[in-house]
Amino acid sequence: MDKKDIDEIEHQMKLANEGLPENERDLFADARPSKVESQNRYFERFRNWARSRSLWMLAFGTGCGATEIRPLMTSRYDMFRYGIAPRPTPRQASVFIVGGYASIKTIKRIVRSYEQMQGPKYVIALGSCTINGGMYYDSYNTIKRLDYYIPVDVYITGCMPRPEALIAGFNRLKEKIRAGECEGMNKYAENFDWYKNNQKQIIKDWNMPDYNW
Amino acid sequence: MDQLFNRISRMIKLEGSTKQRDDLYFITVRKEQLELLLSHLKNYEGFTHLAFLQAVDYIENNEFQLTYMLYNYDNRVNLGIKVFIDRDKSEMTSIHKLWPHAWQYQRELHELFGIDFPGSPRVHESFVLEGWEEIPPMRRDFDTKAYTERTFYPRPGRFTKDPKEYMKEKLYGNFAESPEIRKNND
Repeated sequence: MDKKDIDEIEHQMKLANEGLPENERDLFADARPSKVESQNRYFERFRNWARSRSLWMLAFGTGCGATEIRPLMTSRYDMFRYGIAPRPTPRQASVFIVGGYASIKTIKRIVRSYEQMQGPKYVIALGSCTINGGMYYDSYNTIKRLDYYIPVDVYITGCMPRPEALIAGFNRLKEKIRAGECEGMNKYAENFDWYKNNQKQIIKDWNMPDYNW
Repeated sequence: MDQLFNRISRMIKLEGSTKQRDDLYFITVRKEQLELLLSHLKNYEGFTHLAFLQAVDYIENNEFQLTYMLYNYDNRVNLGIKVFIDRDKSEMTSIHKLWPHAWQYQRELHELFGIDFPGSPRVHESFVLEGWEEIPPMRRDFDTKAYTERTFYPRPGRFTKDPKEYMKEKLYGNFAESPEIRKNND
């Protein structure tokens, strides 16, 4: 392979960012997300243990499940004793809680926030709306299955789940992290085209970069 | 309220009026006379507050019903004004000059029902549906169930089993069909 072929392949691997206007495409990154492999297995196990002890969640209230986060934060259920703290921005967070139904307008913001989070990142989906649509099963504006748009690690059933169920979900997430099963970020990078295709089928006015670095 | 209705009916033609409660009345007027009536009610009769503006789709009669709900702070009376407009050529005069906040209701009605309000500010911008390509979703000929199943990847639902058949299959398996069991059952 000479240099021309390599340039061509690299050009194909870049993202087109077709939703952006012509003069803004240079301002955004056009690289794809890549899979992250750990070098040392034992050191990775230690790091997973440390990650599971300090989960910083994104305080982005999507849907009615956001009301269940407030009793979880305050003194009765007190999630801080489990090492969970809310963060105001996706750049500092590691757990994304999708609380209930996600309309098309919200899923655009969900995708954008999820992509902006730094790895390793985990997703907890609350409520039956994220699983199969729930009571919004025939709504024109609400998605049915969240795992077609972003990878989900733990689902919590209920409409709405109680804060105890949320704590159980967090504990399950911790177990999964310690076992090294939470590979949602790598899954997203591997099946990037499939996820993007699903997202673009419902978000008709795509006016953001293809991957929000 | 009878005096008020008398004064109104001297000015415009009332198609009908109903009393729902002591503080809730509805009147039906013609589409062309609505703006005149609303400005009279607002300026002279004390109905200064537009609570909401909503639409109902009567697909059987091929018309939309718009309801303008007004409130009078002096005698605490709600007055709903109903207007019927044609469903195919759905267009209505904008009232954003009487109540400036009406532009928001009109924008929502344009998006969800497809009713046009010429001259209303930002009426053609999308409100909750970004990039919608189908017919407006609150019209009753829009099939929401078919649309969601076409668009949002439905998860396969649960299945049920007949308890008797299921337990027979689970406990005995193929053995249930053997002649010895048949004989004992009979």
